[in-house]
Amino acid sequence: MNRSIRPGRIAVHLALMLYTVIAIGPILLIVINSFKTRRAIFADPLGFPDARTFTTIGFDQVFAKSDFGLYFFNSMTVTVLSLVLIILIGAMAAWALTEYRFPGNTLLTLYLAIGIMVPIRLGSVSILRMMVELNLVNTLTALILVYVAQGLPLAILILGEFIQQIPKDLRDAARCDGVSEYRIFASIILPLIRPAIATVAVFTMVPIWNDLWFPLILSPGDGKQTITLGVQQFIGQYVTDWNAVLASLTLAIAPILVLYVFFSRYLVRGLTAGAVK
Amino acid sequence: MADVSLHGLAKSFGPVDILHDINLTVEDGEFVVFVGPSGCGKSTLLRIIAGLESVSAGEIRIGGRRVNELPPADRKIAMVFQSYALYPHMSVYKNMAFGLKFAKTNRAEVDRRVRQAAEILQLTPYLNRKPRELSGGQRQRVAIGRAIVRNPSVFLFDEPLSNLDAALRINTRLEIAKLHRELGATMIYVTHDQVEAMTLASKIVVLNHGRVEQVGAPLDLYHRPNNLFVAGFIGSPRMNFIEGKVRTVAESHVTIGFAGAEAVIEGAVARLAPGDPVTVGIRPEHMAEQGAEVISLTGRIDAVERLGEASYIYMKLAGGSDVVARIPGDLELNPGDEFTARFKPQALHVFDAEGRSVRAAKAL
Repeated sequence: MNRSIRPGRIAVHLALMLYTVIAIGPILLIVINSFKTRRAIFADPLGFPDARTFTTIGFDQVFAKSDFGLYFFNSMTVTVLSLVLIILIGAMAAWALTEYRFPGNTLLTLYLAIGIMVPIRLGSVSILRMMVELNLVNTLTALILVYVAQGLPLAILILGEFIQQIPKDLRDAARCDGVSEYRIFASIILPLIRPAIATVAVFTMVPIWNDLWFPLILSPGDGKQTITLGVQQFIGQYVTDWNAVLASLTLAIAPILVLYVFFSRYLVRGLTAGAVK
Repeated sequence: MADVSLHGLAKSFGPVDILHDINLTVEDGEFVVFVGPSGCGKSTLLRIIAGLESVSAGEIRIGGRRVNELPPADRKIAMVFQSYALYPHMSVYKNMAFGLKFAKTNRAEVDRRVRQAAEILQLTPYLNRKPRELSGGQRQRVAIGRAIVRNPSVFLFDEPLSNLDAALRINTRLEIAKLHRELGATMIYVTHDQVEAMTLASKIVVLNHGRVEQVGAPLDLYHRPNNLFVAGFIGSPRMNFIEGKVRTVAESHVTIGFAGAEAVIEGAVARLAPGDPVTVGIRPEHMAEQGAEVISLTGRIDAVERLGEASYIYMKLAGGSDVVARIPGDLELNPGDEFTARFKPQALHVFDAEGRSVRAAKAL
């Protein structure tokens, strides 16, 4: 093991540090400024809050003027339920498409792959019409259905790739052991594709949580708004309550960060599991 | 326990025929080895017996019961895979107990069986480890343990030793032989290694291109191969083949000329006529005999391989054939030297134009 510091290593670290600053900077800016007075936000946007400028007025506004708890709950419901459905249905579909030979298998795989290439927003109008006919406008169900449809193609592709890498002998061994197909899926396939599930979870969770488009057109009604939509009421045409906007964004970042940290443990573990013999 | 019988078995993947009309009986308690070159269909045959592949035609019976339609779990078989196929996320204990858990075996019984199998295979200290923390040999033993706990009537091994290094392979080979003696179960073992086949089997089945070439005890196949394929496959280095011609046919013997020599083969062979082309086979280890009644072939040495107790010499005969001879290790010979191989006529194998042994024909 050569532990001496080479110029190449320094360059790599510099590049990564720069990227980290660029990536974390805006988030840090939001968090810092959410604890400052309006005057301080504009006078010194990069400064940390001190005794003179520190205030929680933004948070007070958020909790007083809006039903923040409800928005938060709506976002959480939509994200978690969509995630569970995407992973469950996606893994099952991926297992079926890779494991079983049946007529139309290739066609079905292709059909599902098309979803990756065509952005679902192109279908916004038809989706809205469909939801109107189904009486699902202004429900969280509408959002969950759309997000599941949006997330499934990529989930099936990624999970399918991983399932294919599981040696066929493992499934055959389980079959010889008298394990049913459902148990093989639940007890062998699912635990072994955990890193892939974490990857899918991270990649599908963030866009759903952050989405403004579909909540805006499908469920803008009172009581069904998600957090991104809820924040919008503080951004006015003439006056924007920056304290409140920044405070609610800060609050919105927190849960997704927690979920990400939870899944990323598996991400890292998945990358290193094979390396350590 | 259980015998296994296959009747008119055939298998094709689409237009490709993998197995043709396989008829075979494995007696109860027998150790049968399927051997053949890669792609001969031996693994497919094993998977068909296991129930992991369906058949295109024919019938499989285990213990007298037709099992064609039964899933693997109901056939009372256990299979050991080449890749071990251990569940990587489960401990050794759970790996062995996994199948039993779903067979509605009670917990105490599962525990007893797993510990007993671990005891037999010396795996007790490793029960709580994950497969990735074990060496190749230990993993292989876990795979065998997983088969033992199922208490099957028939054990199926699919090239279980190919992923082990040479020393470990010999060890594990002995362990499997010992296991067979102790359990007395029927075992079917697939390998492409004829040494494994010779050492383990009570009966060898030689397969080639999806057909059974010959079935018999190891020494039977060695001494009386039915055809050119078996003759060349069993034995290492492989048997030397030299083109020859039938000279004369008499009531009780045939005279054959090859590579400038002549041999008299005892026994009447009705199929042969003077002038027929034949192939003469002679094993390398039979080519350094002494005595009066020997045939000799002289050639020039191309290469010498010294193993210590013996040497292999590669030589070119006068007729142009390349042959290998095994000679005592203390003979000082070098490439370019002349060497005379000597062998008894009884050691000769003669095959007709279709590759069938004319001696085996006599026995029929």
